Amino acid sequence: MVKITIKDLSFSYGSRSILEDLNLTVGDSEILSLVGPNGSGKTTLIKCIDRILKPKGTILLDGGIDLQSLSRHEVAKYLGYVPQSTTRALTTTVFDTILMGRRPHMGWRVKVQDIDRVVEMMKLLHVEEFALKDFSELSGGQKQRVLIARALCQEPKVLLLDEPTSNLDVKHQLEALDTVRSIVKKTDISAVMAIHDLNLAARYSDVLVMLKGGRVHAVGDPFSLLTEENIRTIFGVEAAVMRDLDRPYVVPIKSLNAEAV
Amino acid sequence: MSKVETMSEDGVIEASSIKEEYSQFVGRKILLIFASLVGIVALAGVAATLGSANITPVEVYTAILARFFPGTFETTNFIDTIVWKLRLHRVLMAIFAGMGLAVAGAAMQGILRNPLASPFTLGIASAASFGASLAIIMGAGFVGGQWLIVGNAFVFTMLASMTVYGLARYKGITSETMILAGIAIMYLFSAMTSFLQYIGKSEQVHEVVFWMMGSLGRSSWDKVGIIATVTVVCTLILMYYSWDINALGAGDETAKSLGVSVEFVRVFCMMLASLITASVICFTGTIGFIGLVAPHITRMMVGGDHRFLIPASGLVGALLLLAADTVARTIFAPVILPVGIMTAFLGVPFFIYLFLRRRKDYW
Repeated sequence: MVKITIKDLSFSYGSRSILEDLNLTVGDSEILSLVGPNGSGKTTLIKCIDRILKPKGTILLDGGIDLQSLSRHEVAKYLGYVPQSTTRALTTTVFDTILMGRRPHMGWRVKVQDIDRVVEMMKLLHVEEFALKDFSELSGGQKQRVLIARALCQEPKVLLLDEPTSNLDVKHQLEALDTVRSIVKKTDISAVMAIHDLNLAARYSDVLVMLKGGRVHAVGDPFSLLTEENIRTIFGVEAAVMRDLDRPYVVPIKSLNAEAV
Repeated sequence: MSKVETMSEDGVIEASSIKEEYSQFVGRKILLIFASLVGIVALAGVAATLGSANITPVEVYTAILARFFPGTFETTNFIDTIVWKLRLHRVLMAIFAGMGLAVAGAAMQGILRNPLASPFTLGIASAASFGASLAIIMGAGFVGGQWLIVGNAFVFTMLASMTVYGLARYKGITSETMILAGIAIMYLFSAMTSFLQYIGKSEQVHEVVFWMMGSLGRSSWDKVGIIATVTVVCTLILMYYSWDINALGAGDETAKSLGVSVEFVRVFCMMLASLITASVICFTGTIGFIGLVAPHITRMMVGGDHRFLIPASGLVGALLLLAADTVARTIFAPVILPVGIMTAFLGVPFFIYLFLRRRKDYW
């Protein structure tokens, strides 16, 4: 089944157009990665899908529910947003941070089920030992896991991740994405992520979407999409793509900018 | 679930132990709230004994209870008059005014995600000062008679917060736009107040300066009633929104993604905070410091969860203002100092003490 259908989506800040006539679908239990150069609209698209920004066009959930017709509360039960781990936040404990993910489901009082869900997610993401530590004291990788746990507490059908690997070292990049992949494979949750690193995207995604200048340049699986040709057009970079591994591996060689001038 | 709370062999922490730990964590906050409540009741009794007529705390409590249970408790006319006519309303005024200012400050800091937000930094207090100055120096105002100064202070306070809202609305309601608009308004009203002081007669200027220091000397049962009603009602509504305020603390985008109508909550809660502030300072004059620092003191003690932070700030604010007023009344008796001076003298050392010994960053 289709989780999200995006039709003719456009967004602009004032007169500056960021996204233009985007069409995309996100399927069941898949990881879809948005790749493209800085300013291509990856993060903006994530925010439009979560209605943090108000785009023009249609976004349908579950193949038929118009996102615009839902209240924020209902959207929060469907879509879980994981911001970048560098997002500045007021000081709260890890437990309270994750508990906030229950907000779409709970009233003023915290019920036993809410606490249970929080504990379950903490264990799933291995952050239980930090339960009463301050969120701000954690390392980048730990923060990212806490933020994923919070989004999962919303019991969403789709996780939206905004550059989940930025500011993480290699080990934590792999761990964060392993977590996302195992959640997607174990449950029927899908994930949409904006990501810079083409090799990580290739390794963890079922579908890649290449964005350029706010438009979809190409959609497909990592092998068909990560070609020297595409990388040259999208990023303006001369690259070699190694295809004899289980996933394509991009080795950037040089920027083509000098020639373009 | 009655297992011994230990880590199992493979180092995994038991779910029950996390829950246990969290419920203790919440329990400690509730305990602190109760402790401050007891502290206020005790201090209120002591505060009512202090003054030119000597009466003991027991006599004070007896006089209070005698009104509620006339048969059970006996008191004298003299003590009854002192307690009920002279001191108790001032004590209650200190409690509710302190509570109101602190709750308003806590709400503003949370909504605007800024540690420096308070009724003063957002121009609300300077608007009140201008309103009062206008009444004192020019005799001009919206309502006449004995409510001239009060009415002016209230109206200008609400006017200032509407202007801040209007300016911010134009650029999008974020914490930055509201703070910048607030600071602009603050300087505008300060300048207008200075202008009025410049053209005013010296005794009028003296009265304005005295008003701006803040005092509980003008308290009465009517005023206590108004302040208490507004403060308690607005505090309860703000507490109802405490999850939303918590979510705002994680950033506007995260709050939206969690289902919060960010702009509505920010504007509505700001208006409530302004309303509390306006109702308090129109009667007391601009009592500084409580609204800024009581929430910080409280945050260091109970943490940043607004479900607890808002009521606890109110209680800490009440304690601070009551303590400050009691000292201000007695330290140079029979001269009574304006309480606005005393709040800083008492609160700053306490604040610095907490600030230096804390281990964590609270902002």
